[in-house]
Amino acid sequence: MKMIFSYLRPYVPRMILGLSIKFTGTIMDLLIPWVLSYTIDDIVPLGDVKLIFVWGGVMFLCAVTAFVTNVTANRMASKVARDATEVIRHDLFEKISYMSCRQVDEFTIPSLESRLTNDTYHIHRMIGMMQRLGVRAPILLLGGIIVTLALEPVLSLTLILMLPFITLLVYLISKKGIPLFTESQRSVDKLVRTVRENIAGIRVIKALSKTAYEKERFGKVNSEVVKNESRAGITMALTNPAMNLLLNLGLTLVIITGAYRINAGLTKSGEIIAFLTYFTIILNAMLSITRMFVMYSKGSASADRIREVLEAPDDLVAESVSHTNDEYHITFENVTFSYHKSKSSAVCFDNGRDEKKNTLEDISFALRKGETLGIIGATGSGKSTIARLLLRLYDPDEGVIRISGNDLRSIPQDELHTKFGVVFQNDILFADTIASNISFGREISQEQIEKAAACAQAREFIDQLPLRYEHMLATKSSNLSGGQKQRLLIARALAADPEILILDDSSSALDYKTDSLLRKALAEDFGNTTTIIIAQRISSIMHADRILILEDGKMLGYGTHTQLLETCEVYREIYELQMGGDSIA
Amino acid sequence: MQSPVPVGEKRKLTMKETLKIMSRLWKYLYRFKWYGLLAIVLSITSNLLSLVGPLLSGRAIDAIGTRPGAVDFGKVFYYCILMVIFYILSSVLSYILSILMIRISQKVIFQMRSDVLNKLLDLPVRFFDSHQPGEIISRISYDIDTVNASLSNDLLQIFTSLFTVVGSLVMMLYISPALVLVFAVTVPVSILLTKYMTGKVRPLFRKRSAKLGELSGFTEEIISGQKTIKVYNQEKTVIRKFDEKNREAVDSYYKADYYGSMIGPSINLINNLSLALVSMFGALLYLFGRLTLGNLSSFVLYSRKFSGPINEAANILSELQSSFAAAERVFRLIDEEPEPRDKEDAEALENVRGEVRMEDVHFGYTPEKPVIQDLNIKAQEGKLVAIVGPTGAGKTTIINLLMRFYDPDSGTISIDGKNIMDVTRESLWLSYSMVLQDTWLFHGTIYDNIAYGKKGVSKEDVIAAAKAARIHNYIMQLPDGYDTVLSDDGINISHGQKQLLTIARAMLLDSKMLILDEATSNVDTRTEQQIQKAMRELMRGRTCFVIAHRLSTIRNADTILVIKDGRIAEQGSHRELIRLGGVYAEMYNSQFS
Repeated sequence: MKMIFSYLRPYVPRMILGLSIKFTGTIMDLLIPWVLSYTIDDIVPLGDVKLIFVWGGVMFLCAVTAFVTNVTANRMASKVARDATEVIRHDLFEKISYMSCRQVDEFTIPSLESRLTNDTYHIHRMIGMMQRLGVRAPILLLGGIIVTLALEPVLSLTLILMLPFITLLVYLISKKGIPLFTESQRSVDKLVRTVRENIAGIRVIKALSKTAYEKERFGKVNSEVVKNESRAGITMALTNPAMNLLLNLGLTLVIITGAYRINAGLTKSGEIIAFLTYFTIILNAMLSITRMFVMYSKGSASADRIREVLEAPDDLVAESVSHTNDEYHITFENVTFSYHKSKSSAVCFDNGRDEKKNTLEDISFALRKGETLGIIGATGSGKSTIARLLLRLYDPDEGVIRISGNDLRSIPQDELHTKFGVVFQNDILFADTIASNISFGREISQEQIEKAAACAQAREFIDQLPLRYEHMLATKSSNLSGGQKQRLLIARALAADPEILILDDSSSALDYKTDSLLRKALAEDFGNTTTIIIAQRISSIMHADRILILEDGKMLGYGTHTQLLETCEVYREIYELQMGGDSIA
Repeated sequence: MQSPVPVGEKRKLTMKETLKIMSRLWKYLYRFKWYGLLAIVLSITSNLLSLVGPLLSGRAIDAIGTRPGAVDFGKVFYYCILMVIFYILSSVLSYILSILMIRISQKVIFQMRSDVLNKLLDLPVRFFDSHQPGEIISRISYDIDTVNASLSNDLLQIFTSLFTVVGSLVMMLYISPALVLVFAVTVPVSILLTKYMTGKVRPLFRKRSAKLGELSGFTEEIISGQKTIKVYNQEKTVIRKFDEKNREAVDSYYKADYYGSMIGPSINLINNLSLALVSMFGALLYLFGRLTLGNLSSFVLYSRKFSGPINEAANILSELQSSFAAAERVFRLIDEEPEPRDKEDAEALENVRGEVRMEDVHFGYTPEKPVIQDLNIKAQEGKLVAIVGPTGAGKTTIINLLMRFYDPDSGTISIDGKNIMDVTRESLWLSYSMVLQDTWLFHGTIYDNIAYGKKGVSKEDVIAAAKAARIHNYIMQLPDGYDTVLSDDGINISHGQKQLLTIARAMLLDSKMLILDEATSNVDTRTEQQIQKAMRELMRGRTCFVIAHRLSTIRNADTILVIKDGRIAEQGSHRELIRLGGVYAEMYNSQFS
């Protein structure tokens, strides 16, 4: 919460002005019933019609002033809320953008996403509401009590008697109700998940004739939702009738006490009438304060979640470390790495049986400029991790990675990344034109874009599109086939003529012919680019200068195709299987 | 194939449509008519009781009088005790009423949701291919919730408001018809004002949620692409883009607030104005002896009750409007054309031998764009048919047709000489097993996922299948073994392992035909080799249709069909096709170049 207040600091003058305006408006609201009582008790007995109109006019004036000031103050409050939220959200997004991948992994993507949208939305609402109700409700409550005390202290005390009961009531109901709501939210999530599953698996469900079973499953989840929602609803529904009852009982008490007071000549009856109006004001203020309380607790939960992100330490800072001079462009020296440095709770394929097992262990290789490295290995053997380490998306636990002799950790991130063209496994394209997906915010001429597209074998299909390079991609590029997507991704990686090219399983959806044309084009046009190709298909990597075979994070073989065929049994096995053996599906 | 329907059309409903929706909603409500009737009775009673309150308090004040020492305590206590009784009764009744309304609305919602969910499973595959999951889900969660809120709150509120307004009006008329004239001024003003305000604010609120939705869509895209953005140094660009979206989101929030925050003070203003008018004229009436002080007090209380619902009316109406729109979307889903029924005289496929034929089949997902043209395939019992061809050539479409997920535009498909249009879908589906590229596992234990396809399998069968699919050892390494729950956030299970689980699932089935659509594309070559034996076992004695990228894996198919542009370009065994030197040979040889 402190963090939120620090964001509000620049707006303090505006807030003070707004709050003062609000204060005026609230006072006006409080004046009206007072004028009412004054009119009835002191003016009416005078029998002066003109005076009645004058005081009616005063009430009218108060009402209008209250309206104008309240609206103005509300708008000012909304503006402050808007500006503050904009800054908070910007900072949060900026922070996330520069966060290391390890940090993103720890927070998880859905959680970051909900912090950026839901939590900031709660904060937005809270800042607005707090300013609006934060002054009004306490003033109405306190003012109402003070005015009634001034008007008639004994009657007021009767009224104040009811307040602790109401507070207790609200507290008890929300204490019971909020967990019930959480529960029912959970069952709704379950319902949504079940539906999502069914939509995704509709072919399998139909093919296995499990529709009846799935309907039954729906029925169960549905009943659960209904049960939980009813329980939460019925608990919360108690609030209004109970509150009304307490209040009306208070009202009855006021009348009885009032009867004694009037009988004793201590009170006038107009005051009782005014009193009843204040009563409603006080009640509404109570309601507002409970609402504020709920909003504040929701808001502070959100604020905590936002603060966690903002206060996350800066990871992966550039350090000045060793430099060696050698002829190699890229070197890995005894690199060892694990995704789960501290956490060992998750059971992952990566670490299989032993929970502390490393994803990569003792990896060493060296590439000269312009050479190609092919990496092959089973799913989960750590192929992609090598690429991530080279890009410094993660730092290795042990060992050193160098580019042109410089330790990766000594190269500033933005400088490091300009060296690369990368296609990740399941990489994304954005809902934008083909041209801007290829140039991707970098200064790249149309000519270069087309050249990259040609090399990536994407030109053919782009030329068939009516708008060609201006063709808009749909979200998740659902209007492209897998092969077309991969070709665009490769074009994007090639467009800036990178020093180092990394292709992680990026030709799996290409047919063999396109794949081989691509390899040919790469060899011709990007001969100076050091390339790392990660693949499952042996034909994609067997022409590489060096080939690395990974199994369970360890190097099983390293060398040229011919060398490996002789020395590495696993490599030979894979080769025979894929290129000639008899397998089936 | 994809023609996503725009989400949440914003058109206004016509009167006729509204009536139709109301009558359908009414049908749902009608099933619980006795509950409903009880609710109406209760709401009338509870409102009448709470209306009595102010009247009684007025009487009590009159009994107190204005002069000291003249208080009629007997009367005061009499009225006060009555007040307490009425208030308690009224609160208890209104609580019972709330419970009743929640029960009714939950019953209706349960029914409506069941209708939608059951309908969903009866829809043809075509529906799911052409609708975004998010859109379907939003109907089941968001739209039904809107209807629910409207049924449990608005409906009751309309009833109670109606009685409150009418009741208060009657009471006020009873106290002082002249003073009621005040409302002839304030009520129209407040109706006009709220109508104007809601008309203005509603689209702004809609825009506000739309913009927030856009923002979250954008962040989802960006954060999931974080690695890509990082390696291309595009943080600044996306931050700039984010700032634009953010600006739009907070701005539309502000605009909605700008007008929205006027509503409260406006209602307040009108209430205060009518209070001022009532007190002024009330005072005058009192002066002329036409009104007692107690009556004036009761009148003030009634006037507050009276103006409340009037101010709310516009709000409630607009909420009803949006819930009608939501109900319409739900009903539209319920009205979707279901999978056509099996023919009257459809017979069940029994003792299938497994001879599959496709004759002169033509098909397109849309009429103007044929995908399959003049296709003829003959797969003999127990033979292996491989289908190869470039992406988009129509390979998966053949599977869609074989499984009758789609019906061909012309031509026939038959099993053992029986046209598949003449057999029951269930028996057709059960005679195939399928392993698809998109592995599908559901939230549940590994055991349930493997055993999913077959009723009454034993634990031994499941384990045997898992062993055959070479996934047993992995399962046993997990802390909970076969009882491990597969979920999105818990166990991190690789693509390859998911596929092995679906292969294990297929192994349990005893169907005569098998479809493998890129079934091992996510399994690495060595594992693939390891499950080779199991796969061969799975294929023994079954007619198999295999779609594969890796040409090496289909070399020993009995027939290889090379599909290009929806037609069979070449057909024959591996050796024959290589000898032919056509498309297949080119594809095959290019992997060595």
